[in-house]
Order: sequence, then structure tokens, then C-alpha cells
Amino acid sequence: MSERATSDAVVCLEGIVTRFGRNIVHEGLDLTIRAGDIVALVGGSGSGKTTLLRHLVGLSRPAAGRVEVFGEALDAGGAAARLARQRRMGVLFQHGALFSAFSVAQNIAFPLRELGVISRPEIDRLVALKLAMVEMEPAHAPLMPAELSGGMIKRVALARALALEPELLLLDEPTAGLDPDRSASFIRLIRALHRELGLTVVLVTHDLDTLAQMATSVAVLAERRIVSHASLADTLAYDHPFVARFFSGLQARCGQPRGAGAG
Amino acid sequence: MAGRVLDEVFTAGAEGIRLAGDWTLRGLDECLPTLRRALATVPPDARWSLRAVRRMDSFGALLLWQAWGGRWPAALEADDAQRAIIGRIENASARALPEPPRASALDAVALLGKGLFAFAGHLSGFVALLGRLVLDLGHLLHHPRDWPLLEISANLHKVGVKAMPVSALVGFLIGVVLSYLSALQLRTFGADAFIVNILGMGIIRELGPVLVSVLVAGRSGSAMTAQLGVMRVTEEIDALAAMGVSRSLRLVLPKVVALSLAMPLLVLWTSAIALFGGWVSAWVELGIGLQFFLRALPDAVPVANLYIGLAKGAVFGFLIALVACHFGLRVKPDTESLSANTTASVVAAITVVILVDAVFAIATRSIGLPL
Repeated sequence: MSERATSDAVVCLEGIVTRFGRNIVHEGLDLTIRAGDIVALVGGSGSGKTTLLRHLVGLSRPAAGRVEVFGEALDAGGAAARLARQRRMGVLFQHGALFSAFSVAQNIAFPLRELGVISRPEIDRLVALKLAMVEMEPAHAPLMPAELSGGMIKRVALARALALEPELLLLDEPTAGLDPDRSASFIRLIRALHRELGLTVVLVTHDLDTLAQMATSVAVLAERRIVSHASLADTLAYDHPFVARFFSGLQARCGQPRGAGAG
Repeated sequence: MAGRVLDEVFTAGAEGIRLAGDWTLRGLDECLPTLRRALATVPPDARWSLRAVRRMDSFGALLLWQAWGGRWPAALEADDAQRAIIGRIENASARALPEPPRASALDAVALLGKGLFAFAGHLSGFVALLGRLVLDLGHLLHHPRDWPLLEISANLHKVGVKAMPVSALVGFLIGVVLSYLSALQLRTFGADAFIVNILGMGIIRELGPVLVSVLVAGRSGSAMTAQLGVMRVTEEIDALAAMGVSRSLRLVLPKVVALSLAMPLLVLWTSAIALFGGWVSAWVELGIGLQFFLRALPDAVPVANLYIGLAKGAVFGFLIALVACHFGLRVKPDTESLSANTTASVVAAITVVILVDAVFAIATRSIGLPL
């Protein structure tokens, strides 16, 4: 583990091809993400953003192409090496994917307990710390996922994704289903964590506010590949029909103060 | 191996403790036991130097904080980022998780009370569902066009036709076994011909309906509970209600009607196959021909027994479907509740069937028995 020289690539996708039956989703897709970046992955519905995220975690495999994470191919090495690599990533699923049979504290403790080297009191203190990180109270610890609101589920899921202090955090629609207030505080939270922990973050989002406030760069998925990967300002200037349509609201809003097309 | 790794992260020298390398969960993983021992031997007034630590996460910070006994050491060399990480541990210590409540004798009483209330809740819920069903039937009498015929026929196919192979297989084997064991006994008395009475009475009146009920409760009852449960979890039932469609009329009634219709047919089918299996075994063991078997059957078993068997089938089917729907509609949106309710549905359905079977046995004790 010597990728202290943080400028090298954390994620490297090369020539990815994905097919579902006869439907080709990705064709020769390339994407490189450097350590410390917050990359927003945008694209139309069904353009394969979530699928790309699943490729990164190893939940699905591309039909062709190379997925490299932390400088190694995703399936390189033995089972132990793969597991170790997996533990350097944290994933926040779109609907939280909390274990409904476990309480909040047990959910967050789960990955820690799986390691088998941390004592019970230490786990409790780490869980308390993670809860504090996602701005929740210790009193929430014994609640069951069914008793939580949507925003709280996302926070607990984030705390669980952060339990092993991953270097790479993958977020699938982190602010979908949150009201603007909660979504803004969720964004602040992730930005603060990014600053403190030096995470690399890849997020899939449809929400332009989330994107504008969080992302250090934007990767646009269209025509089955990444057509542009640049800062937000450069992306807005990029001439492509999808970019024009997707960001039209944002461009309009940048031009004139709130209101017009923000429905 | 472990010792070498320990030297990479921890050195105790004359000028104090020098930490180095990765103080992270993954970095310390391998040498954790030796590191814990080493940390425990450090005197409280030691100097600490964190200058050479490359990475530190909250687990590494927690280890240090514990080694320091929960307060900052007098002599510490660390940069601001490291101090911030350890500071978070200090803050979090103030907000420990609440202790789980301890169990006491009073809890046992509370548990018993909860159990009783839950049972009463099930009973009243079941009666309410039954009442709802009666109201629906009343509604359908006045509005014959509202009959959910499509759903009923789909359910009929699912719970009836598709259950035929498995119930035939089980019925045949049970018939063979029952007949074989009885034949061994009867032969010692020379009462070979009575095999027809035993098989006919046992299978048609008792074994057929109960056997099919147990099979159907496990096969279709659990499926109904799981289906309704998942529909609740995915809010499909709420969607139906929002469209003004009665969930009892569209979801419960078709299942209950279909199973009440399918069960007598399944009982007939399974009993016939079981009798056939019984004859096969009797023919092999006792040399009883099919002609004799078929001729002796109506004499040995009055036809009232067949009606009792079919009536039992219909009642059992009705109860199984109702119990399954009752538990299905009580599923809460989590995996634990789904599995608990599916289990409870099958267990309750089989128990209810056996109980009602006993009631049947008493109520029909003077019907259909020769002598």
C-alpha cells in the first residue's frame, strides 16, 4: 500500500464494453479518475451510469475492457488480495441498502466486525464516531432501519460505507429523494469528509445542485462512452447536444437569479 | 513476520515512543495483537512522536487514545491533521452509544403480555378479514360484474393445476407405504380382503384431505403470504388502494375462492392416486386384483365418506388461503418481518387444519361409518 504519491489514478477504465442482451450500453468507454477528485458521472436515464459504478465495485463485469482500481486490475490476485482491495472502497447504494434485520449501530458495526480483529468496546466507540461524522445522535443507534426517514437512511448508509475508512467512495444518487435542505446538508457532509479524510469520490447524480456544489470534475456519459471529462466550467462550454440539454437549467440559472426553469 | 511489521510502525527508544508507517485499520491489521501488547507496556509519561506516521485513520487514533488512557500526553509531536483526527475520537468519547437495556424478571411478564396481545391482535385481525370477505361476497351478489374472474382463474391454475404432479407423487407413495404396512399385519390374521376397507376409509375420509392440506399450506399458502408481503413492501397494495380498488376484493377474495374450489379437486385427485398406489402394493403383497379392489371399494366405504372428504378439502382450502392472506397483509417493510410472517403463515395454517379436522371428526362421527 504505497500509493502515497496521490496524483496517480485511483480508477482507470479502458475500452469498457457492456451489453444487456442485444442492447449495447457502453462501447469502448475510457475514464481515469485521480486520487482526491470528486467526479460526478452524469448521463441520461438508462445510459449505464449505475452499471459503470457496479463494474467498479465488481458487482458486474464488462463484456470487454479493463477495470483497474488502485492501480491493479479488479480481479488481480487471490481471494485475500481481492477482499483487501474491496475494503478500500465504500459504496452508498441508491436506496441505502441497510440490513433491515440490524439496528443502526449493528449496520455500521457490520464491516468492522467482519474484520474480526477489533474488540467490542472499540467497535462501539468507532460506531459512535461514525454516527457523529454523519451528524446523527448516539440515541439513534438502537433504531431499526424501518423506523428511519429517507434522509437518515442515507446518513446511516454513508456511515456504514465509511466504516472501514475507504480511500474510494462511490455514491449512487446520494441526494435523490432528499428535500433541498437535507440534500444541501448531505452535500456539506460529504465535502467535509472529503476534506478531512482525503477521499476520492465518484458520484452518479441527476441533481444539478449537487453536481455544482460538490464535483471537482464532471464526466459526461453519452453515446455509450465518456464524451467529456473536465471541470464544470469547461463542461458547460463543451459543445455537445446532451451537455446542452442536461445543463440548460444550470446555464440559465447561472445567467439569471433563481426562478424561471427550476421545476 | 509479525515482529518485523511491528517495528515498522512502533519503536520504543530512549527518547520516547516513535510511531511510523500506516496507522490505519488496514495497515495495522496484521500486527494488531503484538501492537496492543507493546502499547500496554508504554509508561504514562513517555514522549510520543507521530512525525513519521504517513497515514492515520480513526482506528489508529482510537488505539493511541486508549494507550494514552483517554487524555492527551504531556509530550506529543504531531501535526495538525493528526491532532484533528485524534480530537474527533476525544469528542466522540463524550457521546458514547447508549447501553442496551438489561433483561429482568419483569421483561418475562411483559413478553408474556405482548404475546397474549399479539395473539388477540391476530384473532381480531383474522375475524375482521373474514368479515370483510363476507361483505365483499354480499357486494358481489348485487354487482355480479365485479367478480374478479381473471384473478380467480389465474389463482386456480397456480394453486390447483400446478400442484397436481407433486400431490400425485406424494399421494402415490403414501398409498404404497400405508398399504404395504397394513398388508403385513392383515396377512398374519388372514384378513387380506380388509385391505380395501383400511385404504378406502383411511385415504378417502382422513388422509387425502389432510395430506393435501399440508402440501398446499407449504406450497401455496407460503407463496400467497410472500406475494402479499412483498406487495406491501413495494407499496403495490397502497397503489391499489389509492386507485380505489378494494384490496380484499382483488387480492384476498380470488385467492380464497380459488383455493376453496381447487382443494376438493386436488383431494379427489390425490385420494384416487393414493388408492391406486395402495392397490399396487396390495396386488404385489397380497395378490389382490384390480377388479376385486374396485368392486369391494363401494361396499367397504359408503359414499358419504367421499362427500365428507371433499367438504373437508373445501373448508381446509378456505382456511389456508385466509390464514395466508391474513399473515401476508401484516408484513412490515423489512426482511425479518417477511420471513417471520411466512413461517407463521404455514405453521398456523397446518395447525388450524388439524384442529378443524378434529372438529370434523367429532361432528361427523355418526355419518358414513358402516356398522
